[in-house]
Amino acid sequence: MRRTLLAATVAAICPGQLAHALPVQKDSAAQKQSYLRRLTEAQYRQSVADIFGGDIKVLGNFEPDMRVHGLLAEGTTRVSITPGGLEQYESIARGIAAQATDTEHWDKVVGCLPDAADKTGIRCAAAFFERVGRQLYRRPLQPVEVKSAVDDTLASAKKLGSYQAGLGAALAGMMTSPDFLFRVERPAADAELDAWSRASRLSYFLWNTTPDTELLEAAARGDLDTTVGLARQVDRLMASPRFNDGVRAFFDDFLRLDGLGSLSKDTTIYPAFSASITNAAREQTLRTISELLVTERGSYLDLFTTRRFAMNRTLGPLYNVPVASKEWTIYEFPASDPRAGLLTQLSFLALHSHPGRTSPTLRGKAVREVLMCEEIPAPPANVNFSVVQDVSNPNLRTTRERVQAHLNDEDCAGCHRKTDPIGLGLEKFDGAGQFRAMENNAAIDVAGDLDKASFVGAAELGNVMAKSPAVASCLVQSTYRYAMGRSIAKAEKPLIDQYKRKFAQSAYRFVDLVRAIALDPSFYSSPPVGDGGPESHGKEKS
Amino acid sequence: MSTKDFKMTRRSFSLRGLLGGGAVTVGMPILEFFLDANGKAFAASQGGGRLPLRFGTWFWGCGMIPSRWVPKTVGADYDLPPQLAPLQTLRQHINILSGFNVELGAKNNQPHISGPTALRTGDPSDNWQQITAPTFDVLIADAIGSGSYFRSLDMTADGNPRTTYSFRSGSAMNASTPSALDLYTKIFGGDFHDPNAATFKPDPKIMVRESVLSGISEQRKRFERAIGAADRERLDQYFTSLREVEQKLALQLQKPPPAVACVKPQAPGAMPPGTDYTDVQLRLANHKAMSQLLAMALACNQTKAFNMVFSESASDLRHAGNTTAYHQSTHEELIDRSIGYQPSVDSFAIQSMQAWADFVEALASIKEGDGTLLDNVLVFAHSDVSMAKNHDVRGIPMMTAGRAGGRIKSGIHIAGNGDPVTRAGLTLQQLMGVPTDTWGTDALRTSRPITELLA
Repeated sequence: MRRTLLAATVAAICPGQLAHALPVQKDSAAQKQSYLRRLTEAQYRQSVADIFGGDIKVLGNFEPDMRVHGLLAEGTTRVSITPGGLEQYESIARGIAAQATDTEHWDKVVGCLPDAADKTGIRCAAAFFERVGRQLYRRPLQPVEVKSAVDDTLASAKKLGSYQAGLGAALAGMMTSPDFLFRVERPAADAELDAWSRASRLSYFLWNTTPDTELLEAAARGDLDTTVGLARQVDRLMASPRFNDGVRAFFDDFLRLDGLGSLSKDTTIYPAFSASITNAAREQTLRTISELLVTERGSYLDLFTTRRFAMNRTLGPLYNVPVASKEWTIYEFPASDPRAGLLTQLSFLALHSHPGRTSPTLRGKAVREVLMCEEIPAPPANVNFSVVQDVSNPNLRTTRERVQAHLNDEDCAGCHRKTDPIGLGLEKFDGAGQFRAMENNAAIDVAGDLDKASFVGAAELGNVMAKSPAVASCLVQSTYRYAMGRSIAKAEKPLIDQYKRKFAQSAYRFVDLVRAIALDPSFYSSPPVGDGGPESHGKEKS
Repeated sequence: MSTKDFKMTRRSFSLRGLLGGGAVTVGMPILEFFLDANGKAFAASQGGGRLPLRFGTWFWGCGMIPSRWVPKTVGADYDLPPQLAPLQTLRQHINILSGFNVELGAKNNQPHISGPTALRTGDPSDNWQQITAPTFDVLIADAIGSGSYFRSLDMTADGNPRTTYSFRSGSAMNASTPSALDLYTKIFGGDFHDPNAATFKPDPKIMVRESVLSGISEQRKRFERAIGAADRERLDQYFTSLREVEQKLALQLQKPPPAVACVKPQAPGAMPPGTDYTDVQLRLANHKAMSQLLAMALACNQTKAFNMVFSESASDLRHAGNTTAYHQSTHEELIDRSIGYQPSVDSFAIQSMQAWADFVEALASIKEGDGTLLDNVLVFAHSDVSMAKNHDVRGIPMMTAGRAGGRIKSGIHIAGNGDPVTRAGLTLQQLMGVPTDTWGTDALRTSRPITELLA
């Protein structure tokens, strides 16, 4: 619902001041620091694949994640689990446990059975839950927890007449427990996170999954408490191909690409569009980002000008380019081509359009809100849209002519001046993201401006984006909010400013920003500095 | 079977009772809704006694055109203006509530949000994440929903689980089941026990699941010690949800009372991935299939509360091939001076009312006791706005269907004359046994139920 309410209500926007809304918490809110982060669907799936193997199917509908201040990551510290959601989690967990303990997977996943030396299978189950429990809960299990899982196994085995089924039932229970469904962050005595919580934060930030054995062992040895030990792990995780998963997860969230999952276009108007296109468009953007930011260790700002797009055979026809390879490949558009930068990819163009036509307002609003972290207010309730959208008026052939009405009306102009001139620069791409030279047989004028910078067309708009301080700043604060799963506390503003300076000094290399956050002690401190103190832990109080 | 392996805990008691074949006395909720005043079980569908009280909501987006929707006459035998024409054969079951207003006071009218948040929580909000009170359907489900397999069935016909108007709080959204096949699997899938089956044998798999989940419940204290005050509420929510799943499993270990009208339906076919439910014909078909499944779920005593969404606030419906969808049309379509209204907006509103008729018809088509299922249900239907063109929240259209077992009159049109919209929510809560005498905030605060509705 939120998806379309946002999309649908902004056909026009409104009077009133634009808020340059850096999502900063009020101090009272910051004091309510959460240590409970619900796994996102992507994190759940990846954790299961890492623990039990990639061939285990995760079947069922997840409780939807919640987007707060533009990030699902921030919603993870707000949401709990509803009755309907828990029923689903339990069902998904049973499905996973049944596969993990079937004959095909038993040897690999469990690897032991009751035998002469272990008649009841107690030892086998205990060893299994100690090992797998540590991966599921991201910390060693307490003896009482192991005993409980073993008891569940034996009691269930008796009832079901099968040791394997009994162990599966206990495993499903473990995966329905809050210890698995939430990342429970535990402060240590010195008001920083304990080693296991550090390992978790690091692993989900860099790989978007549960800590691997090596990281857990580093945590057990206390390595993560030392500068050298931490750096060793950060370097290892970032050197791994799996670091790509972490970067992709961030950009999927930051760019709200999940919206493509429920995007529909009118296939009569855009016959080339289909569900496989939206999936490929999402993948294209993520692969383009991986290539530029991770493989090439490039500048984030170059993302707005790059002509190197990941491409496959599904997308080739929509971009009018030949794709010989059956696999994904990098295609470089010539300098004469109108495609340049993220804003000219299908994912952005189609996501921020109506089902049957473009919307300079939606596209401009997305640039402001998603990429510049500004907030554009909703339009007034009693706005009259009919001139703007009168597609049958013979005098108003292009979208530019129609949206000009926004700018002529002083009630509308305050906000629309912020959005429409950006989106108009992208008008040569239709509502499905395909190139068009004409609209209703009229030439399309793609002149526009962003703040005080003028441009003509998408490529120049990309150059303007790449020079905008707000674009760089928005990425820094979004990366930090993503890493922490919460808004930025007032007291953290100097820290964020410092990250911004470092980001500029490192030529806007995204990997350097990530590394700086991952190595910073503030990433592992529990409450935001000066905003809560030990009383917000609650550990001692209860 | 020996029980020495089990610790003496709540879960072991329940297992022990079942393993030993004896009466289960601990950890089991009572099937109170199937019991009459003497505590005797009865067959709901045989007219043998008190029938369960059931309540649900039905939502559609983008309202209506007042001159084409509001009946000219009030009271019984109201006239049916063009947009209500689909209700022709169902009028005696349906009340029309027109002219009740959302008073925003100093608050802004947030398009498509102020209306439904005000109507559902009594307090208009800028977005759903900011609501503080539960929506009233949740309060009603809390009052009547216990003892059924599902506290509530939340559904949407648009394919998107996020489309819901049921919230316990801004961060606790009751996600919707988004398709007929998903709904079928949820209700009539592996966990379904036919109430009319000749024999009943408790399923050991369910016993084991209940026992394992009880084990998590028992660790609640340990969790509470491990988390901070800020997370207490969220942990409470988790354990409340866990308790509900445990209760559902416990119910499944008891022989369900027979329900004569209950017939396990055929599974609907799977829709291809990426099916575009914004197409109005596909939407109507998905909605109709889901309505029929819900009706059977009610007849089979699977739930007593439900929420159905036909189309979201700011309706996304459209006709294939048209660049302008319903919501856009409400703002953009020129009023045809020869007829005095926006013609395609009018046609979408009529199709929305056709969906409402399909829904009511699904409930009315199942016989129960001396009448139909509909007689024993109360459905409350509403939209987000009245005239969508300017997001008008005065006179948001509302309707009820069904008699709630004789608690409410039906077949009448009540004109609100500008009274607060919260009078409806208050009335419904009181009818369903929520102990409240006032509801809503500021200008929407009311203690006046709509007494004309009460039987």
